[in-house]
Amino acid sequence: MTILDTRTPIPDYFIAGATGDWEMVIGLEVHAQVTSRSKLFSASSTQFGEPPNANVSFIDAAMPGMLPVINEECVHQAIRTGLGLKAKINTRSLFDRKNYFYPDLPQGYQISQFKDPIVGEGEVHLDMGEKIGIVTVGIERLHLEQDAGKSIHDLDPSMSFVDLNRSGVALMEIVSKPDIRSSAEARAYITKLRTILRYLGTCDGNMEQGSLRADINVSVRRPGGEFGTRCEIKNVNSVRFAGQAIEYEARRQIDILEDGGEVIQQTRLFDPKSGETRAMRSKEEAHDYRYFPDPDLLPLEFDQALVDRLAADLPELPDEKQARLIRDYGITTYDASVLVADRASADFYESVAKGRDGKLAANWVINDLFGRLAKEGLDVTNSPVSAEQLGRIIDLIVGGDISGKIAKELFEIVWSEGGDPAEIVESRGMKQVSDTGAIEKIVDEIIAANPEQAAKVKDKPSMIGWFVGQVMKASQGKANPKAVNEILRAKLGL
Amino acid sequence: MAVDSKTVRRIGHLARIRIAEDDIETYADELNVILGFVEQLNEVDVEGVMPMTSVIPATQRLRADKVELGGYPERIVSNAPLSEDNFFVVPKVVE
Repeated sequence: MTILDTRTPIPDYFIAGATGDWEMVIGLEVHAQVTSRSKLFSASSTQFGEPPNANVSFIDAAMPGMLPVINEECVHQAIRTGLGLKAKINTRSLFDRKNYFYPDLPQGYQISQFKDPIVGEGEVHLDMGEKIGIVTVGIERLHLEQDAGKSIHDLDPSMSFVDLNRSGVALMEIVSKPDIRSSAEARAYITKLRTILRYLGTCDGNMEQGSLRADINVSVRRPGGEFGTRCEIKNVNSVRFAGQAIEYEARRQIDILEDGGEVIQQTRLFDPKSGETRAMRSKEEAHDYRYFPDPDLLPLEFDQALVDRLAADLPELPDEKQARLIRDYGITTYDASVLVADRASADFYESVAKGRDGKLAANWVINDLFGRLAKEGLDVTNSPVSAEQLGRIIDLIVGGDISGKIAKELFEIVWSEGGDPAEIVESRGMKQVSDTGAIEKIVDEIIAANPEQAAKVKDKPSMIGWFVGQVMKASQGKANPKAVNEILRAKLGL
Repeated sequence: MAVDSKTVRRIGHLARIRIAEDDIETYADELNVILGFVEQLNEVDVEGVMPMTSVIPATQRLRADKVELGGYPERIVSNAPLSEDNFFVVPKVVE
């Protein structure tokens, strides 16, 4: 298979070496655990965190004579994901056996899809910021396969403990084309993929629990040159580690090449403690998987009508949502990208922004609410301030009832005490004073008390800020700043 | 393709079958005879013919996504040579 280079080299990404610039070439295989109640080929539970071997049937333990029967929902989830990746759905696909020996693989083979996967080529778009723009990463394929069990090595000095609860849980292996050119793009790719999967509800994307893991292929070359020899970093389970592992690995390969050596194709592991990758101890034949069609499983076939039905029920996806938010609410691309990063945030924003000033709503949701939530370690689904309450605070600002400064205080009160913002403003006398008579009285007092400043301000008009501050202070922040400014200018003769 | 003694050792290892040194030549000969027999299939022109996946023209049956099995870990490990707290216990395997 010839690999096409779809990208134009970006100098910002180049890594300077002793002998010139280098460029990374990265491709990812992401394993995403399918959201389903039961396993791919057996009716046992997929629930995380159950006691050892509690979610295991005789099929998952590979007892003799047990036969796999595929889970319809897992097939649907794979199709939905394929549609979300704008990919070709193959209405006929095949299952193969991938053979290897390991204690947490009781069958001695993993049921996977080799030649004919359920989903073919698709694409994912990454927003790499203003300078670089939108980057398209090709998807090579997506196939369904079984997860293995879990071996625990630290319970005994000489023995390993095996729990097969995860054995047989459905995974989607999503293989990208080698279209990624920096660790930042790789991180953006994993993040974007996770967002899409979460929108679709096909994988919870929980990397700590292992629901999403990445194998990362890294090679280096001269910018735009021939592809180099790649190394595969296995089982990276965080976006941050992915970035660190890639940076380390690229540097390691460049050092080898610049010293006149050759990169050996191998599988490596990333150690988060040292920040380094190291070669896995592997025998020569470790990669001889001897794939062959699984004789227990007939071809998987469905008609286009099923695909169309699933497509019709697909939720609005992040790219489309972002475009719509920009169009309908007039917010910036950046703000929209922050809001669509997860579906709950976007929904929250829309409830606040509906029928209101979209930009003002975005500022409050992103800066004030998200900022505060992040500080308290909360997320939008358990926000103490509801979308309705925040909407009312914004109404009070727009209606001229409170100033922006008072609004921040009001937000704090609603955050910690709850209640209806309008009532709080009323009962605590936080209403902005727009009554010119009252403001004029304060202005007169301030000018009378500060004759020197009043004289100076004529030569130095910027000093008006000091007067505004004095008036605001005297009114306990409740005077309408616009009215204060106008009255001051008139009285000071500016 | 001809199977040599090296290939026999390799196949044995991959299948986790212990093969006595004295038997290797015999297995190599037997495998070559079998492969030679199967080779005859290459004479058939299969251009444009879909690979047969089953002797009956059928496709895969689908199962509803329901939890109906599991919850008996002690039965799962009951035949294990060694188990503890319903874990299978095996000689240490660490990569």
